[in-house]
Amino acid sequence: MYNFDVEKPGTIAEAAAAMGADEAQALGGGQTLIPTLKQRLASPSTLVSLRGVAEMQGITRDGDSLRIGGATTHAAVAADGSYPALSALAAHIGDPAVRNRGTIGGSLANNDPAACYPAAALASGATIVTNTREIAADDYFQGMFETALDEGEIITAVRFPIPQAAHYEKFVQPASRFALVGVFVAKFADGVRVAVTGASNEGVHRWAEAEAALSADFSAGAIDGLSVSADNLIADLHGSAAYRAHLVKVMTGRAVSAAS
Amino acid sequence: MPKDTGIGASTVRREDVRFLTGTGEYTDDIVLAKQTYAVFARSTVAHGTIKSIDTSAAEAMPGVLAVFTGEDFVEVGGNPAGWLINSRDGEPMKEPKRPVLAHGKVRHVGDAYAAVIAETIEQARDAVEAIEADIDELPAVVDMNDALSGSNFVHDEIETNQCFDWGWIEDNREATDNAIKNAHHVTTLELVNNRLVPNAMEPRASIGSYKASTGEYTLHTTSQNPHLTRLLISAFVLGIPENMLTVIAPDVGGGFGSKIYHYGEEALVLAAAKKLGRPVKWTADRTESFLTDAHGRDHVTKIELALDAEGNFLAFRTDTKANVGAYLSNFSTATPTFLHGTLMAGNYTVPLVYVNVKAVFTNTAPVDAYRGAGRPEATYSLERVIDKAARELGMDPIELRRKNFIKPDQYPYASAAGLEYDAGNYDALMDKMEEVADVAGFEARRQASEAKGLLRGFGVNAYIEACGIAPSNLVGVLGSRVGLYDAATVRVNATGNLSVMVGAHSHGQGHETAFPQVVAEMLGIDPAVIDIVHGDTSKIPFGMGTYGSRSLAVCGSAVVRATEKIINKAKKIAGHMLEASEHDITLSDGVFSVDGTDKSVTFGEVALKAYIPHEYPLEDIEPGLEETAFYDPANFTYPSGAYACEVEVDPDTGKVRVDRMTAVDDFGNVINPMIVTGQVHGGLAQGIGQALVENTSYDENGQLLSASYMDYTMPRADDMPMFAVDHSQGTLCTHNPLGVKGCGEAGAIGSPPTVVNAVIDALQSGGRNVTHIDMPVTPARVWDAMQNAK
Ligand SMILES: Cc1cc2nc3c(=O)[nH]c(=O)nc-3n(C[C@H](O)[C@H](O)[C@H](O)COP(=O)(O)OP(=O)(O)OC[C@H]3O[C@@H](n4cnc5c(N)ncnc54)[C@H](O)[C@@H]3O)c2cc1C
Repeated sequence: MYNFDVEKPGTIAEAAAAMGADEAQALGGGQTLIPTLKQRLASPSTLVSLRGVAEMQGITRDGDSLRIGGATTHAAVAADGSYPALSALAAHIGDPAVRNRGTIGGSLANNDPAACYPAAALASGATIVTNTREIAADDYFQGMFETALDEGEIITAVRFPIPQAAHYEKFVQPASRFALVGVFVAKFADGVRVAVTGASNEGVHRWAEAEAALSADFSAGAIDGLSVSADNLIADLHGSAAYRAHLVKVMTGRAVSAAS
Repeated sequence: MPKDTGIGASTVRREDVRFLTGTGEYTDDIVLAKQTYAVFARSTVAHGTIKSIDTSAAEAMPGVLAVFTGEDFVEVGGNPAGWLINSRDGEPMKEPKRPVLAHGKVRHVGDAYAAVIAETIEQARDAVEAIEADIDELPAVVDMNDALSGSNFVHDEIETNQCFDWGWIEDNREATDNAIKNAHHVTTLELVNNRLVPNAMEPRASIGSYKASTGEYTLHTTSQNPHLTRLLISAFVLGIPENMLTVIAPDVGGGFGSKIYHYGEEALVLAAAKKLGRPVKWTADRTESFLTDAHGRDHVTKIELALDAEGNFLAFRTDTKANVGAYLSNFSTATPTFLHGTLMAGNYTVPLVYVNVKAVFTNTAPVDAYRGAGRPEATYSLERVIDKAARELGMDPIELRRKNFIKPDQYPYASAAGLEYDAGNYDALMDKMEEVADVAGFEARRQASEAKGLLRGFGVNAYIEACGIAPSNLVGVLGSRVGLYDAATVRVNATGNLSVMVGAHSHGQGHETAFPQVVAEMLGIDPAVIDIVHGDTSKIPFGMGTYGSRSLAVCGSAVVRATEKIINKAKKIAGHMLEASEHDITLSDGVFSVDGTDKSVTFGEVALKAYIPHEYPLEDIEPGLEETAFYDPANFTYPSGAYACEVEVDPDTGKVRVDRMTAVDDFGNVINPMIVTGQVHGGLAQGIGQALVENTSYDENGQLLSASYMDYTMPRADDMPMFAVDHSQGTLCTHNPLGVKGCGEAGAIGSPPTVVNAVIDALQSGGRNVTHIDMPVTPARVWDAMQNAK
């Protein structure tokens, strides 16, 4: 690690101000950022810890919508249960240490192409709330590690519409146990949304053909006739693009079968 | 003697108190006064010419005390290979120098070319970044076939990438070729024994220190064999007289082979400590462990099995390329040869075996012995090709093996690969396995899996391995540059407690519990009064350390011999005390008594007499009660086993789940069944890891793609079923005093082919004509194989 200062703001306003410093960087749970610092791959001047920002903590339900503070840990979401598919997803991120520190804001800001939360946010049609604006999930994810966030912008909360039925099916990359392919299926009154993580060089994305088929018939068999193109899917030592394409379909079918 | 303490008792491991309470003392825990820190500059390219290294900026940085480069070590010796292999044409193997720090060229990613010593680790890291190294990248030699055919050499001075071309047994070559040519049936299999990163929980670490007033050096280091490390540093690398160098291996957090070897970092911290007059500590980070610990396995093999019409084995012929990486690590030449080729007859009465091994230099981390060392490679090749043959011939895989087993009345048995097996009963092991694994119930379980949409397969394996490599006279003829005895000193203290100094090193094996059980049984005393001392060359006799499942069979035998000497002397003392002939004295339950009388003295009274020798026959018996024995075995020991595995394969994803794993092993006499079971569990976990998940992957530029736990999969608890382990079928080793064999590696030797055989069976019985999948059998590979079989 290189040297850096740490700021511990108590409010969003203070946090935003601290982020104005040259080379400042937000610190959520540190589960991605701290290893990066240890390997000397980043050298921020100031880390702005969001842990003490009370407005960014906690989960509140408002009818069919769930608001999760940007600094809320995976463990807190896992324990909540108002949106069962989302809690189940959070319960399977990393290990207890990761879940007790890692935050939803950190995960969405990082937008790792194999992370789990991005699939939930995109399939649920969530809204990313920042210190300056609200961003629809469809506009937020812009490719591997790329998001609509501006320099210094802080995710203060995420709003999830709660679907009628949903499920996240994750086929783990065996080493990291991130998603080799993860599929989040969410059924709303006006249709089904399907988001795929882990598979694509372009990061999390929706599978439009499956959404159409499942909106007409919400059963695993509805996607039988579909096939997923391997074009632009990730190929690495854990699996070829063709294998990932195959898994997208298998995981989608399983997610539909398990959705509740 | 209650059986809850001596030989055969599952005594709880006394060392676990400190390990489980966080009070173990590992090398990195040790803080010496005025200690400084070393950090290495390591190559980021796999192959390159060092044009210049400018250390001036680094030297000027805060806290920096010294910077070393390869230039500083040109005068000192190379780190040698411990075993000379001659090629088939009689030429000795190629032995390019392995320097302390790379000089002239860097040869693998992670190869250290400079080191900074500073007041703090962070200062040393900062300074390493300030070293300006001009390294001209060269094309990397990664693939073994390319290495052998091309003219791009890892070591230019030897003008080849072939280290040796070894034939075993060369005199059998022609007969084997003929047998294969004329056989009724030949089964051929090409397979890869995948490279593994050892991943000891504790990374390597070393502290060098030097006392200018006396010229004495001390090295605290993560070693499985401190005397061997001292010998290598003294006799080959730095030339420090052995009596001026103490090597201490304190608690060591796992080795699996990777901590047998001497590494350049150890020499560097010693040399730096002398230069600075202050201790120098280095602790590897996890990335350094991935890049620079000696890796394991990495064989590419073609094996052929010739059979007659009845299924009798006629010959095995193997063609193997063994990757030795960029430099020869200390046992890298023994592992693919004498620890591999000699096992290629397996448990079978096959009359002919021929093995050809070409060892190949590549721009990758050095490869050396890793848990099992050569025997897993042999077992994997044999047991996979036998399984394939059974399928081709439509024979039951268990019956085919039984048909060719050496039978109990055939011992001692001279195997076609040149070993003399002393004892075994492979049918008894197979019988027991069939019972424990409930082979009869498999079909019902298969149908239950099928009902869930899963393919269930059954895999079997029979292995033999060789532990406690010996005798020194023989291995000397075969090329070993060291002896392979071990040593123990039993010191009875005046008040009746004992210190037993042993040459074996315990880094997870439980010696501190098991060795006292042996001594306590022999003396009839409470093991709690017996303490094991190991790991410090200034305290223990010269022993060869722990590897190759040798500790109990070799060092334990030395302990027995030394204890026998203690008993003999104690009887003399007791005879004097009891006014009887030593020949009339019997030792039982810690009491010496005169046969046919009620006269007796306790072991404690004799000990006291030895150290306070009043009224003592000083003219006949020396005071004191301390004895040393060196033990050089007459032969290897030959553990064997029958293993079974059941897997479920998800045909939609290719995911394999191990559902049942049965290990029935013949370890001879078992001293502590709980420790033995634990050793088997660990071996099984590593074997299942190799079979299913561990994937060491270099790209064509020699970059290690799986250089962290984000990409290198370790087997985890939830990858394992509950293991069924049985060692009730032991046949005693005939040539060591305890009748023991060795259990440390068996699990890792026996399990990989068992698992892969089960996967192939699952796919075959599920109607997919897949005959082989290389390890690790990942979901992606299973899926690919199913696609290709369509
Ligand atoms: C062993 C391990 C296993 C894991 N397994 C999984 C898994 O299975 N699935 C999965 O999805 N993830 C997994 N993760 C990642 C984990 O979920 C992390 O928590 C997450 O990626 C980052 O969240 P964090 O709060 O720790 O963010 P940090 O590491 O603190 O920050 C990450 C990035 O986000 C920025 N940031 C943080 N908070 C905010 C905010 N509120 N607003 C704007 N920017 C912000 C930081 O500046 C930084 O750039 C794993 C991590 C580890 C270490």
